[in-house]
Amino acid sequence: MQTDNRQIYVDNAATTKMSRTAIDAMLPYMDKIYGNPSSLHSVGQRANEALAGARERVAKLLGCEPREITFTSGGSEADNQAIVSAARLGARKGKKHIISTAFEHHAVLHTLDALKKEGFEITLLDVHEWGIITAEEVAAAIRPDTCLVTVVYANNEIGTIQPIAEIGAVCKEKGVLFHTDAVQAVGHLHINVKEQNIDMLSLSAHKFHGPKGVGVLYARKGIALTNIIYGGAQERGKRAGTENIPGIMGMTAAMEEACANIDANAEKLIYLRDKLIAGLSAIPHSILNGDAKSRLPGNVNFCFEGIEGESLLLLLDDKGICASSGSACTSGSLDPSHVLLAIGRVHDIAHGSLRLSLCEENTEEEIDYVIKSVEEVVTYLRSISPIWRDLVTGKKQFIIK
Amino acid sequence: MALYSEKVMDHFRNPRNIGVIEDADGIGEVGNAKCGDIMKIYLKIENDIIADVKFETFGCGSAIASSSMATELIKGKPVAEALKLTNKAVVEALDGLPDYKMHCSVLAEEAIRSALDDYYQKNPEKKPEQ
Ligand SMILES: Cc1ncc(COP(=O)(O)O)c(C=O)c1O
Ligand SMILES: [Zn+2]
Repeated sequence: MQTDNRQIYVDNAATTKMSRTAIDAMLPYMDKIYGNPSSLHSVGQRANEALAGARERVAKLLGCEPREITFTSGGSEADNQAIVSAARLGARKGKKHIISTAFEHHAVLHTLDALKKEGFEITLLDVHEWGIITAEEVAAAIRPDTCLVTVVYANNEIGTIQPIAEIGAVCKEKGVLFHTDAVQAVGHLHINVKEQNIDMLSLSAHKFHGPKGVGVLYARKGIALTNIIYGGAQERGKRAGTENIPGIMGMTAAMEEACANIDANAEKLIYLRDKLIAGLSAIPHSILNGDAKSRLPGNVNFCFEGIEGESLLLLLDDKGICASSGSACTSGSLDPSHVLLAIGRVHDIAHGSLRLSLCEENTEEEIDYVIKSVEEVVTYLRSISPIWRDLVTGKKQFIIK
Repeated sequence: MALYSEKVMDHFRNPRNIGVIEDADGIGEVGNAKCGDIMKIYLKIENDIIADVKFETFGCGSAIASSSMATELIKGKPVAEALKLTNKAVVEALDGLPDYKMHCSVLAEEAIRSALDDYYQKNPEKKPEQ
């Protein structure tokens, strides 16, 4: 059924293609400068210099100091370590209350679940239908025993951007640690941890054309980290394991490239994104998920009433389009995405969601093809859906428009 | 996607017996939008034979493929045989389903059962002795 051989990748929030720059930056560290940075010999020391250089470059991009950078195996590990560290620091002072949001990534939510079992109290802020919280809501939730506020910078499913600097200011004023999961934001939005009063930040290389399995935890100096991985003295003793030098070099190069092009990429992406949103909005009984303006330049997320997301994805794949959905049947559980439920989408329509996440390599022609294809597939799936029949014959009321 | 067997993808892409029977003798609808899969089966029964069967499905790839395969397995068969259709038979005919998708095939079995129940409700004299 594949009509032609084109492959349109619009799942960049899941992961990205590595850039040539990132690949080229990694290669020498595989077969030439392959030493262990802890070794005293020259091959090891050259690797160690590269590692120190990468740490400086990453620190510069975030607006912090090199010693505030810990290299990790990715976003999940950084999230785990940030939250557990803040929890341990808080517990020592008898502070066992943590504030977060209902639509965090599972790397955050499941870490909070584990802390809850240890006796921590977790407040998950409502994210409203538009998917954005306010600093005032954070301020109102802070208690004398609050030890951490952790808020996703930009949501991975619906792309909504949170007022991070304002939240940072509130936390600073109240003396509460502030962590942000910036995995979807780094390389796509301007970030400066000092200016934005961010105490801890997680990022992951594979979301900005870097390699998978490598990331960063930034932690302001003075915040004592708790180990997640014990062993050797790497990363100031806070994260054991021989450093992933090729990965770190690829990440650093990709991050520099992405950060240098944030404005140019955003301009291009916002044009494509808004064209895609306009095109998909023309499909009857469809709705955009998340605020239309305060969202990642490349994120589009829709619900289509009367259809289910997995079958939509499979048929789009047949047309060469790689996308993703928050339907239950793509997650292996019976519940649709917690993010869509958090913005108040009822189960019936949350199952019919589609996320299209663009990158700067996508073209306007591709966007036109995606709009046409989604419309075709939605129309077809509705034609075989008993729910759709009930809706159009008036047996059931439409939920969307 | 290698998530599904060739058979599943074939029935998903080209579902057999899709549609509606306007003067159906039995109609069954199972599942709910909450869990993400709904199947509706329409039966035409003549001389205790499933003369025609059609379906509509809201659901994932395996839900659509399971309904399609289930209709194939009962079409032209005696009602007594259709009553005995199991989800296991549907899954085997599809060359397997991922574990977490088994509930979709169970729905197909239940949808046919439910359509036959509807038929017996409308034609109590046809109901076999228990
Ligand atoms: C918001 C967010 N946090 C955390 C992660 C986890 O990152 P990683 O895959 O590098 O562990 C992801 C990636 O899926 C993400 O989108
Ligand atoms: Zn299913």
